[in-house]
Amino acid sequence: MERFRANLLMCAGTSCVSCGTMNIRDALKEEIKNRGLEKEIKIVLTGCNGYCAQGPVMVVQPEGIFYQSLTVEEIPKLVEEHFLKGRPYQKLMFKEPEKKIAIPTMNEIPFFKHQVLRVLRNRGLIDPEALEEYIARDGYQAAAKALSQMTSGEIVKVVKDSGLRGRGGAGFPTGLKWELALRTKSDMRYVVCNGDEGDPGAFMDRSVMEADPHSVIEGMIICAKAIESRKGYIYVRSEYPLAVKRLQIAIDHCYEAGLLGKNILGTGVNFDLKIYQGAGAFVCGEETALMRSIEGKRGIPRARPPFPVHQGLWDQPTVLNNVETFANIPPIILNGADWFSSLGTDMSKGTKVFALTGRVKNTGLIEVPLGISLKKIIYDIGGGIESGRSFKAVQTGGPSGGCIPEKFLDLEVDYESLAQVGSIMGSGGMVVLDETDCMVNTAKFFLEFTQAESCGKCIPCRIGTKRLLEILNRVTSGNGKEGDVELLEELGQDIKATSLCGLGLTAPNPVLSTIRYFRNEYEAHIKDKKCPAAVCKELLIYSVLEEFCNGCGACKRACPADAITGKRKKIHKIDSELCVKCGTCFDVCKFNAIKKQ
Amino acid sequence: MVTLTIDGRKVTVRKLSTVLDAARKLDIPIPTLCHHPKLSPSGACRLCIVEITNIARPVTACTILVSEGMKVKTTSPYLERLRKTTLELLLSDHPNDCMICERAGDCTLQELAYFYGIRENRFEGERRLYTKRDENPFIKREPEKCILCGRCVKICNEVQGVSAIDFGYRGFNTKICTPFEKDLDCEFCGQCVAVCPTGALTGTMWVQKGRQQDVRDVDTLCPYCGCGCSLTLHVRRNEVIRVSSSEDTINEGWLCAKGRFGYGFINSPDRLTKPLIRTAPKTSSLIAHYSSLFREASWDEALDYVVRRLKSIKDSYGPDSIAGLSSARCTNEENYLFQKFIRAVIGTHNVDHCARY
Repeated sequence: MERFRANLLMCAGTSCVSCGTMNIRDALKEEIKNRGLEKEIKIVLTGCNGYCAQGPVMVVQPEGIFYQSLTVEEIPKLVEEHFLKGRPYQKLMFKEPEKKIAIPTMNEIPFFKHQVLRVLRNRGLIDPEALEEYIARDGYQAAAKALSQMTSGEIVKVVKDSGLRGRGGAGFPTGLKWELALRTKSDMRYVVCNGDEGDPGAFMDRSVMEADPHSVIEGMIICAKAIESRKGYIYVRSEYPLAVKRLQIAIDHCYEAGLLGKNILGTGVNFDLKIYQGAGAFVCGEETALMRSIEGKRGIPRARPPFPVHQGLWDQPTVLNNVETFANIPPIILNGADWFSSLGTDMSKGTKVFALTGRVKNTGLIEVPLGISLKKIIYDIGGGIESGRSFKAVQTGGPSGGCIPEKFLDLEVDYESLAQVGSIMGSGGMVVLDETDCMVNTAKFFLEFTQAESCGKCIPCRIGTKRLLEILNRVTSGNGKEGDVELLEELGQDIKATSLCGLGLTAPNPVLSTIRYFRNEYEAHIKDKKCPAAVCKELLIYSVLEEFCNGCGACKRACPADAITGKRKKIHKIDSELCVKCGTCFDVCKFNAIKKQ
Repeated sequence: MVTLTIDGRKVTVRKLSTVLDAARKLDIPIPTLCHHPKLSPSGACRLCIVEITNIARPVTACTILVSEGMKVKTTSPYLERLRKTTLELLLSDHPNDCMICERAGDCTLQELAYFYGIRENRFEGERRLYTKRDENPFIKREPEKCILCGRCVKICNEVQGVSAIDFGYRGFNTKICTPFEKDLDCEFCGQCVAVCPTGALTGTMWVQKGRQQDVRDVDTLCPYCGCGCSLTLHVRRNEVIRVSSSEDTINEGWLCAKGRFGYGFINSPDRLTKPLIRTAPKTSSLIAHYSSLFREASWDEALDYVVRRLKSIKDSYGPDSIAGLSSARCTNEENYLFQKFIRAVIGTHNVDHCARY
């Protein structure tokens, strides 16, 4: 095996690639060649590093130096300084905003410091397309242990004792699910991995599948042994082509290496694994719809019971777990249940991956122990709210989740605590909102998504979410009526009570939770016809602040509706009758003389 | 057998029964729209929700199986509120033109709206509108009235095995359509029409022929084939305006295109009501009309004529010069008598039946 002085681990996750990783890789290659270092330095494209806000990023091993916001222009200087002169290049290092001191290594950067990597243990460290690299990081040791030294019952017991709960959102105890499937009498049992991650803004599962596909496969092999299954499917949405490609490569490598197929590792265990690509319906992330989809039927949910562990894919007992859940399994088998449950709260053990986005400084993918406070996530890892504005709420759980206000910032994040405050863990989306976000508009945004993605089978979800959205549209456009808030609440609760599947059951959450904590914003929209955060277009009034206007005429020229009048060097005026509220005047005015309220 | 309690009353039912089955056994009314006893359960309309001890959310009675000692509540102010909301939602996307609807008085949705007293609707909003597309002579579709219960889809798939239609699109835009919205590939059995709980599917021939008033139901047998399906003719002013079949018949209420829609001959002006005897053409030139080849006769004259001719043919050319061809529209008994007549009276084995061709 060739040895290198340094390995450059370049993040080739979707976010960094779209920021230009590939061009930088080419420039680096060129520069390394020019300097005659190609025998000493190796470039490795890894899966998502997680710190998407700073992309494109790269880590130099073995020192662990973290470079961010790479540009093609800086590459020659970087190579010269670091690899020829041996002086890590400070200009591209992370700097704390206030102190301006460069922090060279990844582990010291606040974004990474507070994270605990279990699911993402191999992120940014290995080439996801190389089986050897996964094995070098203890890969398939757990599978070997489970297959050769443990009985089905023992595996189930370890998973049960670990306290692992389903990471897809509902948080059903994984070990119990496996036990129920194992106990159901049948000749055929299936293991299915749900990789149909559809929440807008969520990319936890994509990252795992792209950065460490073998961890999912290994988890599934262990599950297959635990429930005596011979066949498994990974259901991946076709919008994740890279995940599909890397999983397929990983599966092929496993077949070649005898880790899948007949008589795995000589233990007599047979397990076949196939990828099934979803066709783009959000509802196929719901387990019964997902299985129908694999069966080749229209992806619509069915009533439960019977639960999949009793009657799942092709009416056979089926364990259906999420990508992150399966990726959690190998270290549990290897290190034991106690190791896993050493982190977390009473009811929720281990770690959880979140996609942190919104108005925080550091957006990206994070893995933290359950029980961590929202404050720690938002301020220590996320770096607080950007541009010094004030925090308003954090939306967790994707489109089916709820908004949590400031008074719960000390809340310890787990399945129960989030549910108590009207939100859900969901698959792990976390969107931070600040004072410039309108809560009614936020609720509308999420509801637009769930409404469009309703499968249309049951009435409360099909028509109910449509009516909810219509009422919200009425409110944000200034046509809200007295009693609309109460109507939203009643309808939302009734939809939650009567819907067939999880989609309808949780779709009203954004509306109900924002009414619960931000009722005054709804009332301002309805009674005062005002949007307190100045977001809802129809309710805005643009006017000229006379003390700042110097009559430059920029707004007048830019106005598409000819709503602005005024002579040169004289104060201008906006005719609110003609104004179409496009906001162009606000954007073009250099003197902050346009008021938006 | 499993014993459970519904609204305080004990009932014992078979193991794989649903709670709805058990409630119906006790004659406890639970509103349903998507449920049909002969089709697989769906759980789509959410009206049959009931409360079961130890289950947090209301569950649909049509999908949940009974279990020993189960305690079920089929009605409560909470359940009725939820049902009313669901109905209001349905009606907010429904034309509500019962005045001119073919199914008025025979519509489950109308019936439920009546019992729940829904006049005002809290959820007025956008409605689905469709361009009409009915290029067939039998089935009239009004997709705006469709509540997407899925019964038509299921009967076409599960009973008829045709799968001509299914759900298309999703969410509010969901509709029942053919694959890829291509032309309908259908047998026109009309089973979908029979199970539709609203006026979304009706017979094209039934339009404005009469609804409930002055309509008399006459039970009879289908004359088309040897299956002998039971029919109910809906008769108004001595004219058959619709045909249906009830579930407790030998054919379980199912019919085919001929039985359901092929009743036009009954009042057809072309229908033969008297025997005709063929006459020699009056001229050797081109025949003006086929009626000029026949003359009307009485039954006695016609039968005498047949007897005379058969006898003379048999006498002159022997019995094997005669053959009998029977019809599938006759009953077994009639067919039996016919072959007996040909073999015993005429004296030949030349007898056959149209169903063999």
